[in-house]
Amino acid sequence: MTAASDVARVVDEPSNLTRAWRRFLRNPAAVIGALIVISVVAAAVLAPSLASYPAHAGSFVDFRSRHLAPSLVHFMGTDNVGRDIFSRVLFGYRISLLLVVGVLGVAVPLGVLFGLLAGYFAGAVETAVMGFTNVMLAMPPLVMALAITAVLSPDLINSMIAITCLWWTWHCRLVYRVAKSVAAEDFVEAARLAGASHMHVLFRELLPNCTAAISVKTTLDAGFVILFGASLSFLGLGVQPPTPDLGTMVATGAQFLPEMWWEAVMPGLAILYAILGFNLLGDGLRDMMDVEI
Amino acid sequence: MIASYLVRRAIGFVFVLFGLSVVIFVVARVVPGDPARIALGPLATNEQVAQLHREMGFDKPAALQYFDYLGGVLHGDFGRSLLTNRPVAADIAEALPATLELVLFTLLLIMLVAVPAGVLAARWHNTWIDNASRLVSLLGVVTPGFVVALLLQLFASLFNFFPLTGRLSPDLGFVPDITRLALVDALLKGRLDVFTDALSHIFLPALALSAAGIGQVMRITRSSMLDVAKRDHVETLRSFGVPGWVITLEYMLRLACIAPLTILGLEFASLMGNAFIVELVFAWPGFASYGVRAILSKDFNAVMAVVLMSGLFFVVANLLIDLLIGLIDPRLRVRRT
Repeated sequence: MTAASDVARVVDEPSNLTRAWRRFLRNPAAVIGALIVISVVAAAVLAPSLASYPAHAGSFVDFRSRHLAPSLVHFMGTDNVGRDIFSRVLFGYRISLLLVVGVLGVAVPLGVLFGLLAGYFAGAVETAVMGFTNVMLAMPPLVMALAITAVLSPDLINSMIAITCLWWTWHCRLVYRVAKSVAAEDFVEAARLAGASHMHVLFRELLPNCTAAISVKTTLDAGFVILFGASLSFLGLGVQPPTPDLGTMVATGAQFLPEMWWEAVMPGLAILYAILGFNLLGDGLRDMMDVEI
Repeated sequence: MIASYLVRRAIGFVFVLFGLSVVIFVVARVVPGDPARIALGPLATNEQVAQLHREMGFDKPAALQYFDYLGGVLHGDFGRSLLTNRPVAADIAEALPATLELVLFTLLLIMLVAVPAGVLAARWHNTWIDNASRLVSLLGVVTPGFVVALLLQLFASLFNFFPLTGRLSPDLGFVPDITRLALVDALLKGRLDVFTDALSHIFLPALALSAAGIGQVMRITRSSMLDVAKRDHVETLRSFGVPGWVITLEYMLRLACIAPLTILGLEFASLMGNAFIVELVFAWPGFASYGVRAILSKDFNAVMAVVLMSGLFFVVANLLIDLLIGLIDPRLRVRRT
């Protein structure tokens, strides 16, 4: 290729990143997903200033205004002790996102590390890691999380621990699959022959080939971690009152169905909204990066 | 051929269950919290706690405790529940059929709704039918089980058509004592009134439980139908003038069934987990409420049994599905062995 045509190519064809970005913008579902995720994160971060009644996030009680239907004063109504549900939902997103960051912040690096090791080193390492992973994956995840939360005591940190214990195995299996197929490629062999260390091959040759799959899975997972945490606290095994947790709010509100429907339905829809956002965004990223999960 | 393949898978699964029991045992024994103290309450003397420790074998080394426990489990003895003070095996035997009935009915519902819907979405792909199915499946996947359950309960209470809780109306005085599955026993005994009653009770919990599965199976069926439609033999049939619906039902669906069936095996795990939540909302007398109570009171033997039984279910369901796939697709019998 001559220098002139090289320049022409650079000028005419947009970079991979730009092309991917355009493909992302052409996908309305992905853009909606991104907007939802941004709004959820903003709601969580700005909760103290966005909430109409920030004090209601705690153990506030106002029996005169309990069980009020949604109105302009209380967008989502009030709960059984007179707290503004909208304000509590905003603060609830903080707990949900804290859970997501806590779980994925530990589970993803852990799963990626073990997945890389198992995919690269065949033999005993592969058998041990994947054997253990398959045992973990053979369990109904919610039952497993319940059992772990049970032997610990129910609170936010222990929910994080329980969900993390399960979650890393999914990433481990995904990265294992990608790393194993990449490890068989010639360029890995070439790197080894050129004298590259195992560390170099693992983190400089294999890992970059896994990042697309990891980031898509992590985005999708954020939604499912929220779902999981909400399910645990719905069963009374998660965050304890008066902390405004969405799952706990649904469980409490469910006692007042069907008359005071908003008390369970509003926090329920708030959970759905957040999960929907991460799911749409994750699917959009998957199409954009063209990876299989 | 297929027999030896299944045997090998079964052996693998035995190892999975064994590993699982070790994991839970370690988790339960390593973490703080004295089950004997919790069972006896704060007023018990230290001597009483020590006495219960000896009775439960907590004073022995952990490895020995584990093998004692495993030996018991292999004989169907899961130990005594600290919560109900009965053998755990008896508690489980009482609660299990209801859960099993709910999960099996849900699987049936998923297949009956999702496969035809997926076929329709593939037949008219990229039309409004396809888009509607895409929306339904997305909502099914992203809505938490307890939200679906509560919404269904809310709507049902408006129309007053389905009973909101329970498994059978108590005034029928019916005891399912043949297979322990109310729907099956009602048919076996020729009690149509009981059957419709049981059906109306199980419908809402099963619908709530099936939401996520219907979405996934529908999309998978659609994409594998579209995939199969491009195959040579389908083109050939078409050029021979075989009617379209014959091709779809006779030749394509058989091939396209494999992917959704595989997913269904995996789906079983999340069904067992979600059953905990759905059972709680609809007061379904299965082992969810038992499990949750056991978990909250650190009833170790009961928790262990509930988790192991869920794992066993999952394993058996996956073996059955492997067998089914082998029957549908003869090529796999050879390829996999």
